[in-house]
Amino acid sequence: MGRTLAEKVWDEHVVRSTPGEPDLLYIDLHLIHEVTSPQAFDGLRLAGRKVRRPDLTLATEDHNVPTVDWDKPIADPVSKTQVDTLRKNAAEFGVRLHPLGDVEQGIVHVVGPQLGLTQPGMTIVCGDSHTSTHGAFGAIAFGIGTSEVEHVLATQTLPQARPKTMAVTVNGSLPAGVTAKDLILYLIAQTGTGGGQGYIVEYRGQAIEELSMEGRMTVCNMSIEWGAKAGMIAPDDTTFAYIKDKPEAPKGAEWDAAVAHWRTLATDPDATFDKEIVIEAADVTPFVTWGTNPGQGVPLGGAVPNPTDFEDPSDRIAAERALEYMGLEAGQPMREIKVDTVFVGSCTNGRIEDLRLAADIIKGHKVAEGTRLLVVPGSVRVRNQAIEEGLDKVFIEAGAEWRGAGCSMCLGMNPDQLAPQERSASTSNRNFEGRQGKGGRTHLVSVPVAAATAIRGTLSSPADLVPATV
Amino acid sequence: MEKFTTHTGVGVPLRRSNVDTDQIIPAVYLKRVTRTGFEDGLFAAWRNDPEFVLNKEPYANGSVLVAGPDFGTGSSREHAVWALQNYGFKVVLSARFADIFRGNSGKAGLLAAQVDEKVVERLWEYLEANPGAEVSVDLESRTVRAGEGADAIEDTFQIDDYTRWRLLEGLDDIGITLGHADDIAAYEAGRPSWKPVTQGA
Repeated sequence: MGRTLAEKVWDEHVVRSTPGEPDLLYIDLHLIHEVTSPQAFDGLRLAGRKVRRPDLTLATEDHNVPTVDWDKPIADPVSKTQVDTLRKNAAEFGVRLHPLGDVEQGIVHVVGPQLGLTQPGMTIVCGDSHTSTHGAFGAIAFGIGTSEVEHVLATQTLPQARPKTMAVTVNGSLPAGVTAKDLILYLIAQTGTGGGQGYIVEYRGQAIEELSMEGRMTVCNMSIEWGAKAGMIAPDDTTFAYIKDKPEAPKGAEWDAAVAHWRTLATDPDATFDKEIVIEAADVTPFVTWGTNPGQGVPLGGAVPNPTDFEDPSDRIAAERALEYMGLEAGQPMREIKVDTVFVGSCTNGRIEDLRLAADIIKGHKVAEGTRLLVVPGSVRVRNQAIEEGLDKVFIEAGAEWRGAGCSMCLGMNPDQLAPQERSASTSNRNFEGRQGKGGRTHLVSVPVAAATAIRGTLSSPADLVPATV
Repeated sequence: MEKFTTHTGVGVPLRRSNVDTDQIIPAVYLKRVTRTGFEDGLFAAWRNDPEFVLNKEPYANGSVLVAGPDFGTGSSREHAVWALQNYGFKVVLSARFADIFRGNSGKAGLLAAQVDEKVVERLWEYLEANPGAEVSVDLESRTVRAGEGADAIEDTFQIDDYTRWRLLEGLDDIGITLGHADDIAAYEAGRPSWKPVTQGA
């Protein structure tokens, strides 16, 4: 019987398989950052162990770094200690590190693909749940905890129970102005935050094939938001064109051998999935969240739901609590919600294509009075590319804050945070209570919705804008 | 890791679903480079509310957390497990755990025991009616118990065989894997040469 993409990649990485035990899986690439690695390196030191394969390990600084004054010492002493600890550990254990100020520094999930280290058919792990991003290339990629980081450092393997497989097929083409972000928010609203639990999900169908690599990364990135172990997309010519000539991509005969293998990484026609979901792309519209988990979303043209509309009592209680936290009334049109801060960035939407899209909408407009717009490139390379294309000027002229690379306001850890009750429209991935700062209120949105919202000051789509006079 | 066989301790009813790891410990508390000291960050936002369950005396010393479904969703931060352990929790009961949280618990020695949603409901009612009451968990027989007499609650919980065995034996995962170093080396010898490396290509 045929095998799915996930099963093929899994089987290629089994070091050891014994009945009653998880498979021992080889890890092709281990990405590291400052927040989830210090205790792992400590564990190695205590046990007198080494990093087995420093040449399959890459470290960068992203979660806990400022996006202004990155050339000066980090002001917060506790954050500085954490970043210094990564630098010390990387030096001691021989791990390649791209620190603040380096041209390859950035969000770990932006850096891997742009270096060409993320390739089809690989196994990739990182102490970060959005490692699922790399599945866009046809890799099995998932987030791990710090104990597992230590395990991979010491052994380059992980014991893993074989997950079930699921197909999400998106038929037809996405309507104009509807992005990969809208698609994934729409999907999560159907499945809930636990719908993918225990599955490696393969996204397929015409709408997925038509996505750019950036769009595919956005979809796979948020696989974790509906609980999936990982999300994957079969590699194709779009994938190969993206990887070719990247710094760490195979070259010459090696490239040909790699592509020949990558072409075999498609789900066989007679393979079966444990579960299948089918979506019609034509049904997807600009989608935004109203609540405090990523499954609590509605079309931008819709209204804040009434908790009594939910049949499940726990959903009803969760909705009541979410409305209270978010400071919203049932029935309020989403378009009338006033936003204080717009954040464009993160591993979900901080790549060059996202910045181009935002600049294209913002060009000739001004950020609304009383609203601030933060544009944070996912990496220094993305930032430099944007400057080369003049996008930085578009943002600055509109009145936006043009920042350095990092996770920034996606998580309330570094200095970029919401104040209590401050409301954001955010291109990031999580709207949990306090995620962007204690008491902050987050609406997850696509890049076009973020850009239009920054101009109008209320949740908006580009269709709501009066054309710019340029 | 210490062996885990049975545990009996004060049960804490947490009537919330979708308790994500940003709620268990907000990102701002993740800056430590140790595995200890995270108890201050546990449920930090909710603990500002005097009505929050851990702010009520008999529950403050709890060690068995009884939570709604989809516990531990979101970020992979193992700090969420450490924060629960640093505070004093040994066991979390829920009808559904997020994968990464469950994995992290198994590695760090916190028992994430999956029970039927009805059991969670009954435990909530029992623990709210009897503040400070204890819940017992037996990993050997995979059972959870609370209360006495006709109304006693007793049911089984789910945990995968491998994690259960490791917890019962208190085994170090890395030590087990390093026992298969020959298998790993043999696998490495067969890896294609075009697979990327981060240095020394």
